[in-house]
Amino acid sequence: MFSASLLVFLTGCSGNQSALNTHGHSADALRDLIILITVVCTVVWLMVVGFLLWALARRREVPRRDSDTERKMALSIRLAIAATILTVAGLTIASFYTTRDLNSSNGASLTVRVKAQQWWWQFAYQASDQEPPFLTANELHIPVNKDVRLELEALDVIHSLWIPSLAGKLDMIPGRKNIITIRATRPGIYRGQCAEFCGLQHSHMAFVVVVEEGAAYQRWVAAQAAPAVEPAMAEASAGKAVFMSKPCAACHTIRGTSATGTSGPDLTHVASRRTIGAGLLETTRGSLAAWIADPQTLKPGNNMPLVPLTSDELRQISAYMEELK
Amino acid sequence: MTRDQGARVPLDVDISDAELERQLKETWSSKPGLWGAISTVDHKVVAGRYIATAFVFLILGGLLAMAMRLQLSQPEARFINPDRYNQIFTMHGSTMMFLFAVPVMEAMAAYLVPLMVGTRNIAFPRLNAFSYWIFLFGGILLWVAFALDTAPDVGWFAYVPLAGPQYAPGKRADLWAQMITFTEVAALAVAVEIAVTVFKQRAPGMSLDRIPVLVWAMLVMSFLVIMAMPAIMFSSTTLILDRLVGTHFYNPAEGGDALLWQHLFWFFGHPEVYIIFLPAVGMVSTILPAFVGRPLFGYMLLVMALITTGVLSFGLWVHHMFTVGLPRVGESFFTASSMSIAVPAGIQIFCWLATLWAGKPVYKTPLLFILGFIVTFVMGGMTGVMVASVPFDTQVHDTYFVVAHFHYVLIGGAVFPLIAAVYYWFPKMTGRMMSERLGRWSFWLIFCGFHLTFFPMHILGLWGMPRRIYTYQPELPWTSLNLFVSLSALVLAGGFLVFFVNAIRSRRNGLPAGSNPWGAATLEWATSSPPPPYNFRRIPVVSSLDPLTPGENELPVVAGLRTDRRELLVTSVVEALPQARESSTTDSVWPFWAAVATSVMLVWSIFTPWAVVWGSIPVAITLIGWFWPKGSPEDES
Repeated sequence: MFSASLLVFLTGCSGNQSALNTHGHSADALRDLIILITVVCTVVWLMVVGFLLWALARRREVPRRDSDTERKMALSIRLAIAATILTVAGLTIASFYTTRDLNSSNGASLTVRVKAQQWWWQFAYQASDQEPPFLTANELHIPVNKDVRLELEALDVIHSLWIPSLAGKLDMIPGRKNIITIRATRPGIYRGQCAEFCGLQHSHMAFVVVVEEGAAYQRWVAAQAAPAVEPAMAEASAGKAVFMSKPCAACHTIRGTSATGTSGPDLTHVASRRTIGAGLLETTRGSLAAWIADPQTLKPGNNMPLVPLTSDELRQISAYMEELK
Repeated sequence: MTRDQGARVPLDVDISDAELERQLKETWSSKPGLWGAISTVDHKVVAGRYIATAFVFLILGGLLAMAMRLQLSQPEARFINPDRYNQIFTMHGSTMMFLFAVPVMEAMAAYLVPLMVGTRNIAFPRLNAFSYWIFLFGGILLWVAFALDTAPDVGWFAYVPLAGPQYAPGKRADLWAQMITFTEVAALAVAVEIAVTVFKQRAPGMSLDRIPVLVWAMLVMSFLVIMAMPAIMFSSTTLILDRLVGTHFYNPAEGGDALLWQHLFWFFGHPEVYIIFLPAVGMVSTILPAFVGRPLFGYMLLVMALITTGVLSFGLWVHHMFTVGLPRVGESFFTASSMSIAVPAGIQIFCWLATLWAGKPVYKTPLLFILGFIVTFVMGGMTGVMVASVPFDTQVHDTYFVVAHFHYVLIGGAVFPLIAAVYYWFPKMTGRMMSERLGRWSFWLIFCGFHLTFFPMHILGLWGMPRRIYTYQPELPWTSLNLFVSLSALVLAGGFLVFFVNAIRSRRNGLPAGSNPWGAATLEWATSSPPPPYNFRRIPVVSSLDPLTPGENELPVVAGLRTDRRELLVTSVVEALPQARESSTTDSVWPFWAAVATSVMLVWSIFTPWAVVWGSIPVAITLIGWFWPKGSPEDES
């Protein structure tokens, strides 16, 4: 009970990337299992340590080695072994049933392909009845209380998709396709992070999951599926011209323009996302400018080169990016 | 050596003890000076070097851990850049596993097993010397690479494709793979020596049911090494082939498989944990009786638990891969097998508790570390049960929860008993006692520092902190716990500092120990401290599990061995009946040169496959020198 209450207490301050603060059907079930096993194990540990303290504290004159004592000890050890076997068998069965429940999905309403690469996430939404397919990066939106099927692929090395508040992790392995179904039970913003060491910037490979009510989700899909807006301000228009004339367009796509590069994130609606650099910085005009000016200082080793820009060009490009809502 | 059967050979009968000791000393001592030191094959000297070198690597690995704690003490810290940090955590894991934990356990075996089974030297003494040099050169290779900023940066597990030719350019991953080759050759050599020593060189009368538990543990450990190391040998070799000559074992684009690496690595990597852990529990079982004043309870159960653990350890490797996307039946099977290892572990705990319950504990430093071990290891075992459950593991795999778990098991489960063992056998090895006062300080600092450092990591893991990250962002709720952990690590490091100061000071200034300061019952205490080069004046004869039990008669001995050449007794496997007098090899400088030639070939092969061709020539030459016939008849008896 102590450990259970401790775990519940620990939930409070654990943030939105926590296996204890859960709002997904799978993570909820795992949290119950975590609490169950932790309580059982804590009880066992307390019994062992309690017995140890008793064995040390009890008063005795001489070491005992008579046959009566030996027989009693042999019996106790047999009982303890039987208890151990029953405990681990029970825990094995408990985990078996948890696993079975996790996979009781009644058909996913939505499939998103997730492609992990050094060191960011691409989310590919399929075409629906109303909307064409589209790509986004480092931000997954899903409707609440719906099963969402994620098809996991890795483009370079092994990564692992982990959104602790919604579900357990599943590896993404080059040459293989893994599938995980998640269902969020409460709207909100959750954080996920790569959980398999994947090189230099493994630490900065995060993403956010935005769980929305159906209508809000549909509005988001419609906005994302649309091509990029034409810049309104003159500064942003100039920024667009700079973007197209510099190497930027070779790696990034902005739908509705001539930029069709695919090795970097799709920037069609970059300003609508909450973070840039795979969860590195909150998206603001200032952070966009800082990133473009010197990506290698903010995230050393990432695949975006430093493109030399004048201060005017930098200001214009950031103005353009900021308008890509 | 005389070939004349009729001539009298000097035997150890009908001479005074003093004269016998003089003759044996002349036969068994190494020559003084540098060449004598390099060519010695005395298992105690070689193992002593092995132990000291392994502890140097423990210090180096510990300093790396402190560097990581500095970097993680605050969010987005810039003390260490990501490239260096990745090298540091790779070096920390590789050093601790391959250059400290496995070698130190094998070295303890190489020191203690011949003494505990009552023989004069380990089997294949030259191979033992070779093993040490190879281990030393492999360790130096890795650390020189680190000093040159080209240390491996792909983790101690070197998962492909990250460690493959495309994503790990340069020589860093090759250095890692070749360091593995060095340590596996060294480990295999010692494992073979231990197995043969235990099977064929036990003192007469030491039948299988009278072998000390530690010797059983070392025997099981040796078999684990012999069976697990080929898997890592194959995987590191194929990794080098992929990188050096363009094979595609692990390249999915060419029909290879990235997961194959993980299966091979963990087929070795899981038994590896027990290679470290079984010697440790053997130490606990052997040390405990001396501090409770009664023999160990449940000898047979404990031996069976050791063997069961060894067998089961080969059926668990998949629990390092619970998140790769397994078929359902596989998940259930490996959950059950991983949990079942709790049963033999539990049996051992219960036997120790029973022994403590029936005994009268004397709270000397070795016992303190054993009690600390029980408290800590049981916790590590509990979190082990947790990660053995597939669904549970999907939330904690590759997080700080797992970091906490395996440090509880490896430090609590193996290093605590190892420190107990150092306090316990230090008097035997050096002839001097370690300080009890510093011993208590080191115990409390290490015990408290350890729990304060590693317990919060469980919480960090459940709060979503992944492993192997060089930094984290300030908005995540991990900052204060990380700072707390980093400060606690200083306490832990302080405890180790006190331990090392104690060992170094006591070596010179400790109180003289005498031959059996703890009143222990196993054979290594039947000879002087430190033991003479020939270990025992006469080979003892064993008639019980505890041959030195107080109150029993003086230990009977065997007579009839030659004194003018290195001779020991070979006995039968089960009953340990005397079978033959066997000569033990003389000192030789060739193992050293063979190790040098092998090292040159291995390091050179990082750069070109032709090194294997040209480098094998000096290796062949040194091996010919090593095995050159002596011109004397062997085994006349």
